[in-house]
Amino acid sequence: MDAIILQILNGLDKGSAYALIALGLTLIFGTLGVVNFAHGALFMLGSFCAVTMQRILTLSYTIEDPTQKDFLGNPLKVDTPYLVSWFGESTGQALIEWSVPLAILFAIPVMLLVGYVMERGLIKHFYKRPHADQILVTFGLAIVIQEIIKYFYGANPIPTPAPDMFKGSLDFGVLIGYAQNTIIYPYWRLVYFLFSAVIISAVFAFLRFTTFGMVVRAGMADRETVGLLGINIDKRFTIMFGIAAAVAGLAGVMYAPINSPNYHMGMDFLVLSFVVVVVGGMGSLPGAVLAGFLLGILESFASMNEVKSLIPGIDQIIIYLVAIIILLTRPRGLMGRRGVMEE
Amino acid sequence: MSKFNLNRRTLIKSGAAFGAGLAMPTIFTSSAFAYTNEPKGGTVTLGFNVPQTGPYADEGMDELRAQELAVQHLNGEGDGGMMNTFSSKALKGNGILGKKVQFVTGDTQTKSDAARASAKSMIEKDGAVMINGGSSSGVAVAVQGLCQEAGVIFMAGLTHSNDTTGKDKKANGFRHFFNAYMSAAALAPVLKAAYGDDRRAYHLTADYTWGWTQQESIAAATEAVGWETVNNVLTPLASTDFSSYIAPVLNSGADVLVLNHYGGNMVNSLTNAVQFGLRDKMVNGKQFEIVVPLYSELMAAGAGENVRGVIGSMNWNWQLQDEGSKAFVKSFGEKYGRPPSNSAHTCYVQTLLYADACERAGTFNPCGVVEALEGFEFDGMGNGPTLYRADDHQCFKDVLVMKGKENPTNEYDTLEIVEVTPRAQVEYAPDHPMFAGGDLGQCNSGA
Repeated sequence: MDAIILQILNGLDKGSAYALIALGLTLIFGTLGVVNFAHGALFMLGSFCAVTMQRILTLSYTIEDPTQKDFLGNPLKVDTPYLVSWFGESTGQALIEWSVPLAILFAIPVMLLVGYVMERGLIKHFYKRPHADQILVTFGLAIVIQEIIKYFYGANPIPTPAPDMFKGSLDFGVLIGYAQNTIIYPYWRLVYFLFSAVIISAVFAFLRFTTFGMVVRAGMADRETVGLLGINIDKRFTIMFGIAAAVAGLAGVMYAPINSPNYHMGMDFLVLSFVVVVVGGMGSLPGAVLAGFLLGILESFASMNEVKSLIPGIDQIIIYLVAIIILLTRPRGLMGRRGVMEE
Repeated sequence: MSKFNLNRRTLIKSGAAFGAGLAMPTIFTSSAFAYTNEPKGGTVTLGFNVPQTGPYADEGMDELRAQELAVQHLNGEGDGGMMNTFSSKALKGNGILGKKVQFVTGDTQTKSDAARASAKSMIEKDGAVMINGGSSSGVAVAVQGLCQEAGVIFMAGLTHSNDTTGKDKKANGFRHFFNAYMSAAALAPVLKAAYGDDRRAYHLTADYTWGWTQQESIAAATEAVGWETVNNVLTPLASTDFSSYIAPVLNSGADVLVLNHYGGNMVNSLTNAVQFGLRDKMVNGKQFEIVVPLYSELMAAGAGENVRGVIGSMNWNWQLQDEGSKAFVKSFGEKYGRPPSNSAHTCYVQTLLYADACERAGTFNPCGVVEALEGFEFDGMGNGPTLYRADDHQCFKDVLVMKGKENPTNEYDTLEIVEVTPRAQVEYAPDHPMFAGGDLGQCNSGA
């Protein structure tokens, strides 16, 4: 039982990332009808917002320390962050430590802008083109974004730690009556899960309880009629593209301490997130979230030694296997709508 | 209107003439070149096949820096680096056999097919006489096979699988880098001294040639000092999140986690293990420990503070204080402003060793080079007295046991040397079971 609880917990944080990326993908597909293969790159850009914030906060001045030598025997150049110099060691280091949470504030405007520029500058020209063209152009864009990041940040992963207070793990087992060290769960993954729940709820609330959201939902259902009412639905959809980019970016920012950001991380999530969208049902926001968590948990279960010993290699194919089964039994996915991508 | 009569005599005559015509260029070729890409002018071309794109691009870039430096030194430019400390004095700084050294580069992308294609292009289009570099065992095995078929020498870069000089060894291929068996042989006594002989190890292993041989080697070596192997879980190479593999470790009764991972896998699995707080736990009355059998400086930097106190092994490190290492670090550091990685070191040394073998053999003919390198004993290249064993073309030399530094002073200062394990301790018989199944075969000059 403890192993099952453990894998459910593991699946939750993985599922959180899938759900957040798939939510953005579905938002874009549901509003603009665009299959955005650059969405993984937006997740990666979010992670690099955290890296950038870390670099901004650790901007330093250099002094030579004659008492220490570098690898060539020259006086060692010691970097002192300006924040430490201005606010003292403890406050300065505390600010640097909190670079990932602080990066959220930085990432929101950056990702909104990136999304807006992407949509106005490139993707709007492909609205009336076949989905194959959209996939090609967005996939190409993803590669361009990757290469730009690699040029500026290198190919190596960049460690981006969580604040000290979130290091270590919660002994979850003790809370529910198990022995010590039976079910442990890292604090930051718990934060990630709660954060994604907040973001998902916020997006749903925004679409459900605001006039803007109501118009967007109406536009998703019948774009032409909303347009005939004199509402500039294109403008709202462009804003939704920016919001979807921001959601992917925030998912990336908070993911940075879980796995050190690297330029390729978006591609690692992209294909799985598309499977999540298809399983959830193209254009269905609740479907994307449900499928994200479901597949994340299933993927964790498939990694269990007991399962792998029964079906070797199952951990690598489980998501695709489930996708096939669901699409065979429910061709529109778990919560898909009639008529979406069926023309 | 003419009439064409084809009889048996005409057919034989025509066939013979046609055959001779076809054979003519081959005859000229074989008499003109005694071996593949025999240099005819005043230059000789070396091919540097490194990952320039993909997740190992930074490591590939460091290899390329070292290879460029080696070419400079061979051509008499710069301070000469390790040529000044190398025990063989055949190299004069006037190129190789009087020919100026030039080089071409290829991008392996850390993919076997791409690496073979780029090596093939450098051999066939650019006339490379030797291929050097790479940072994956899969790539090394693939390119080594290609070089054997093409009749050029392969001086492997970073490849740590036992198979490269085991079941996949080739007469035209040479490995200076150490291997998984040597890592394990060096690590086991240090692990025993540090953590005791009553330990239960849980292995996570990358599911490909290097991971398998690394796990087999480290399990055998630690079991020999009294440890028990609790479990070995194979993880897909494409994995990025290892949480579901790490979560069951504490419940397994293990008190050591061995991460048979390299590169991005190592960075992520180590980061995940530290996040789960494994190193803070007490299991079986002992502090839980993590071991990373193969370290690289770049990956240690990628894992950041998570490497602190974690033991692993390396082929070479810039902190070594022998004259050869100091000369190389000085040359490299002054040119590029950073200390070289151990993959840079092995590529640099391999380039000089190839050049030296050509000088001693008096030819670029691969069979002459093979003969010169087989059984070659040398020193002054950073690892103490070293032997290129004739039986399998594996270098035998001291191995470094490393530990993640507790208080690094800069981004290059992530690891510290715990022990320099003497060569005798990591040697093994050519017919050792972990290296069985291969055949070196005969050298191929491509003639």
